[in-house]
Amino acid sequence: MNRVLSRARSHPAAPGRPRTGPPRPPRLSRLRRAGLPYLLLLPALALELLVHLVPMTVGVVMAFKGLTQQYLRDWTTAPWAGLGNFRVAVDFDAPVGAALLRSFWVTCCFTVLAVGLAWLLGTAAAVLMQDRFRGRGLLRTAFLIPYALPVYAAVITWSFMFQRDTGLVNHVLHDQLGILGTPPFWLIGDNSFAALVTVSVWRSWPFAFLILTAGLQNIPRELYEAAAMDGAGVWQQIRRITLPALRPVNQVLVLVLFLWTFNDFNTPYVLFGKSAPEPADLISIHIYQSSFVTWNFGSGAAMSVLLLLFLLVVTAGYLLATARGRRETDG
Amino acid sequence: MDDTVRYQPPDAVRDRAPYPVRRGSRDTVRRRSPNAPPRSFLWTRRIVLTLLAVFALTPVYVMLSSSLKPLKDVQGAFGWVPSALTPRPYIDIWHTVPLARYFLNSLIVAVSSTLCAVVVAVFAAYAISRYRFTGRRFFSVTVLSTQMFPGILFLLPLFLIFVGIGNTTGIALYGSRGGLVLTYLTFSLPFAIWMLIGYFDSIPHDLDEAALVDGCGPLGALLRVVVPAAVPGIVAVCVYAFMTAWGEVLFASVMTNDTTRTLAVGLQGYATQTDVYWNQVMAASLVVSVPVVAGFLLLQRYLVTGLTAGAVK
Repeated sequence: MNRVLSRARSHPAAPGRPRTGPPRPPRLSRLRRAGLPYLLLLPALALELLVHLVPMTVGVVMAFKGLTQQYLRDWTTAPWAGLGNFRVAVDFDAPVGAALLRSFWVTCCFTVLAVGLAWLLGTAAAVLMQDRFRGRGLLRTAFLIPYALPVYAAVITWSFMFQRDTGLVNHVLHDQLGILGTPPFWLIGDNSFAALVTVSVWRSWPFAFLILTAGLQNIPRELYEAAAMDGAGVWQQIRRITLPALRPVNQVLVLVLFLWTFNDFNTPYVLFGKSAPEPADLISIHIYQSSFVTWNFGSGAAMSVLLLLFLLVVTAGYLLATARGRRETDG
Repeated sequence: MDDTVRYQPPDAVRDRAPYPVRRGSRDTVRRRSPNAPPRSFLWTRRIVLTLLAVFALTPVYVMLSSSLKPLKDVQGAFGWVPSALTPRPYIDIWHTVPLARYFLNSLIVAVSSTLCAVVVAVFAAYAISRYRFTGRRFFSVTVLSTQMFPGILFLLPLFLIFVGIGNTTGIALYGSRGGLVLTYLTFSLPFAIWMLIGYFDSIPHDLDEAALVDGCGPLGALLRVVVPAAVPGIVAVCVYAFMTAWGEVLFASVMTNDTTRTLAVGLQGYATQTDVYWNQVMAASLVVSVPVVAGFLLLQRYLVTGLTAGAVK
């Protein structure tokens, strides 16, 4: 590819110039045509390299180094640690490994719950709002607001609502409905998990709704007309036409929601501050703490690499499973 | 906000109600055609959508009402209705923390990264949509798979690389807005490229081939024919990129210093004071939300159109 890039670079002004003057020799224009797509990709490629791929490689290398605060000026001078960082991270009998395992388990439970609920609410809203009714546009706008709000503004509002003495949640549950005996704490202790799931679902279901709404527009109307002609009711149409037609969209949507939720840092960080309570100690916050609070970057990097490996395996497995499922339904 | 005006899917996909729908006019509203949805459906719809609307909008109401409350209201038990309305919090927020500076920083960072991301994504998506070349598939897969990386994995390496670049070349990326622009624009690139590829694919190739025949270069064809035809997709990408940059917290908290701090970090300044001025926090949250929410709501029809033609194919 380098060869082609350097070819492209030797004709820097070529792509922008309108074709005027005498026709160029055919060989030159063929070279230019071959190089043009690479030239167009160059900025995107350079940025991806600088911000994603190179740092990731560096991160993987760092995972094998004993990198602490004192080597921060020039990280390359840090001594090699071999597999030491990994050994500490997966030693589940020792405190560090046990904490990592617990955080991983919390994240898994959190992700399954949050993605499932977000998907359910998004699907319900999209399907119920498929046909026109009065106020649909207004309602759609209202549903999209949680998605449009900046994460810190929205989550800070939630943390206000979850305050024990001044918040809305305890006011409604304790003062007005009388469900709870004593007003509980929501942002520390066991309840923090429920609080985190609530905020995460609130933030992500509008995205599911948005994507599914777009997906619904690709279903041909004739299908519904034919079904109605055959006497299928609304519920049957939803079950037999709408939901199957959304399958391809759902496959991508669930994967994207999974990755975003599993890696979510912003929601717990703004909701709880730098140290999340144990029941809501998501993996990204956990790694952040192990790196920046304890200044042990090598072990933080090792944990990140393990996280990446896990995500790679899950994503690959998911893609394989859905591809096979699709082939079976098609064939 | 009338539905027919606010929300226009493209002609081909408009009006795909699964059964004859009741129009708004007075004489048809009461009459039920034989194909009208059953009552069970209508009631389910009413109840579910009402609950969802309450869930979605309660925080917005809390934000709005609390931002107008006097301090004693937010220090005592929560009340749905403010005891008095005061604009005081909206004046105080600018003094408690240097909100104007954070605001300006966020604006500069978000606007620059959005513009750069769109330009870069348009070029890349055009290449992938219109040319067949070696490495095409590899590039698309690589770019999309970066979505999977946990931000925490490359936070520290990126930080060290930026510091290293600063030490060797003198270009200050760490602590500067430039570094943040570079980071954010790369965050929104994968989704932007992916969405624009789908959108460009839906524009007939005959259009830009005609432009090529008429003597435009490939870039001329892109800028004069393809880009104007892809405006909804491009607007959708702009909205997405702006929201990404405006809302990011993790990198903003590590990569900025006092002068370049953005709203994402700056807003937490209200909460670290000994007393939390919740009315001011809510007022500030509302103020920083207005640019994105307004932009999003104005452009949301492009977002759905863009997604329909692009990403959801």
